[in-house]
Amino acid sequence: MKHLLSTADLTRDQAVNVLDTAKQLAAATTQGLGKLPPLRGRTVVNLFYEDSTRTRISFEAAAKRLSADVINFSAKGSSVSKGESLKDTALTLEAMGADAVVIRHPSSGAPHRLAHAGWISGAVVNAGDGTHEHPTQALLDAYTMRQNLRDGEGDLEGVKVTIVGDVLHSRVARSNVILLQTLGAEVTLVAPPTLLPIGVDTWGCEVSYNLDECLEEADAVMMLRVQRERMNASFFPTTHEYSNRYGLNVARMNRMPAGGIVMHPGPMNRGMEISADVADSKRSVIVEQVANGVSVRMAVLYLMLGGTEMGE
Amino acid sequence: MTSYVIKGASILGEQVADIAIEDGVITAIGADLSGDVVVDGTGCVALPGLVDLHTHLREPGREDAETVLSGSRSAALGGFTAVHAMANTNPVADTAGVVEQVWRLGQEAGLVDVRPVGAVTIGLEGTALASLGAMADSAAAVRVFSDDGKCVHDPVLMRRALEYVKAFDGVVAQHAQEPRLTVDAQMNEGVISSKLGLAGWPAVAEEAIIARDVLLAQHVGSRLHICHLSTAGSVDIVRWAKARGINVTAEVTPHHLYFTDEIIESYNPIFKVNPPLRTREDVEAVRAGLADGTIDIVATDHAPHASEDKDCEWAAAAFGMTGLETALAVVHDTMVKTGLMTWAAVAERMSTNPATIGRVADQGQPIAVGSPAHITLFNPSIDVEIHPEHTASNSRNTPFAGITLPGKVVATFYRGRPTVLNGELA
Repeated sequence: MKHLLSTADLTRDQAVNVLDTAKQLAAATTQGLGKLPPLRGRTVVNLFYEDSTRTRISFEAAAKRLSADVINFSAKGSSVSKGESLKDTALTLEAMGADAVVIRHPSSGAPHRLAHAGWISGAVVNAGDGTHEHPTQALLDAYTMRQNLRDGEGDLEGVKVTIVGDVLHSRVARSNVILLQTLGAEVTLVAPPTLLPIGVDTWGCEVSYNLDECLEEADAVMMLRVQRERMNASFFPTTHEYSNRYGLNVARMNRMPAGGIVMHPGPMNRGMEISADVADSKRSVIVEQVANGVSVRMAVLYLMLGGTEMGE
Repeated sequence: MTSYVIKGASILGEQVADIAIEDGVITAIGADLSGDVVVDGTGCVALPGLVDLHTHLREPGREDAETVLSGSRSAALGGFTAVHAMANTNPVADTAGVVEQVWRLGQEAGLVDVRPVGAVTIGLEGTALASLGAMADSAAAVRVFSDDGKCVHDPVLMRRALEYVKAFDGVVAQHAQEPRLTVDAQMNEGVISSKLGLAGWPAVAEEAIIARDVLLAQHVGSRLHICHLSTAGSVDIVRWAKARGINVTAEVTPHHLYFTDEIIESYNPIFKVNPPLRTREDVEAVRAGLADGTIDIVATDHAPHASEDKDCEWAAAAFGMTGLETALAVVHDTMVKTGLMTWAAVAERMSTNPATIGRVADQGQPIAVGSPAHITLFNPSIDVEIHPEHTASNSRNTPFAGITLPGKVVATFYRGRPTVLNGELA
């Protein structure tokens, strides 16, 4: 596989291979082997058109641990802020010999264009595009679920996952719905009807408007961030009402089965979609997700640039 | 003046005959006619010159994308003898001065009748009526008024415009798009948009405006035209309105007859257009509506754009696609080859009816002795693979790149002289 644009690009075997590779790379890192050599001499460009702290740092750390040369290109203060088009930026990166471009962009499909418009020859990794997808987030979420619910082995067959919140605008939700189902998990989306896309009925997962009905069997509950700009756009009456109906508090968390975990892709609105007590509880694996993000991104870069095809 | 004879063409796909042309008029139809110049029409269908009610010529303002001359050339190659130049230029065609400029440029190009469309509101801003009467009385004799690209969404303003243009037999051509339902909209809202994460342009945003406007037209007894209708629901509403006797006409574009929104999975902005490409069900409905006459005409919505406005990511791209040179082949493919329409019906939908709606004198006349010699000769059995660079337009944003379309315009006669011969500009 040349690019990672959508989790739909991955078969179950390929996805499991990413998770297995991530596990091996994590082990090698924790054994104190320091930097690993496989991407020495390769150049990875982080091309970020949106503010992002954790994803950019995570990709940077991943590439550096594999000994790649990393160039960070953020839109602010660069040629982009002078009006340079995506095409011209891409041609510049191509001329500089980028082996892989990790792109975060506010426009859905921008990574797809970067990969297929003929502007560059390198690999493209989607690090989040508009309201479309965020495949490495879904991979790190799957990795975290596998570590906690399946002893870090195999796929996620039979795991029950409830994803709660602004599905309409969430690239995390789209990537997760596809990948989790590829891995055999059963997904339920919970949101107010205003925050579910028209067409969600074709996604193959369950959909509910009622969080309280979707907790008893949930092995994992993933809370999505509610963006500030949604709060005054009539998607729901007030943040208070949203929190009451769709927020995860301790009472709700306690109705989850033993061993069930709470996830959040961050950054959190504490007190809004998730209470502070839940975020800091023993069920919360939110910090673990961040750590796993580096391992999973190492695996993706390794498999894309290290010479071995994913799962093949 | 040179006389011409078209030999052995099938008139409206029916009678095979020779057509003699002299001094801009059809002088004889029959066997073994002669003329100074003989054009072989064997295997071709002869249609009255095509009339486009919806064309963007971009001049003044974006001459890099199109000029009246380049657009006229493209129109002639597509078999058109008249086009209506939309008002969303820069400056906007909202005064007699601008419409007369466009009209004069059309006269100078001399390849098709260029009929300027006047803006309904000043600057297309939807707040105050433009000088509709002055444009109607100008040399351009404007009869079609449209804020195309934007919807006249204020119901009071729409009502006033519908009423006011009655004084000079004008028509308001509405771009039906409820603006609040389509803020930042990128594509049809449905299964594909949910998957691609592109903001949806729901069918109801079109249908709600059409429903409102047919009722307004009924109330004030005015003539209303609906631009680029694209949904099954819109077809139903127009059908209902016509059954009630409301004076409404409607158009569909070739691309809405051909493509569905599934093609957007490529994220290729060449397919970004307003209104957006819809679902298979919608395509079937607009085809059926065109066939049964609910939809009166095919109009191209030819919308040339500079390459930098398409060679980019989806959200940054401009809306629109070129269409003049491919329109007839697309209608052949989607409507005639499918058995939905005869060539006589094609002549109605692409020549007679648009000429009537636009009040274009001496266009859209039958191919008969004494008619003005506006004739399109189309060979339906020549397959043409579309190459974007093979165009007379200044722009290359055709959605049909790499697609083979059935048929080619081999000759176009405008006012009795050929603008296109042997498939090339004469």
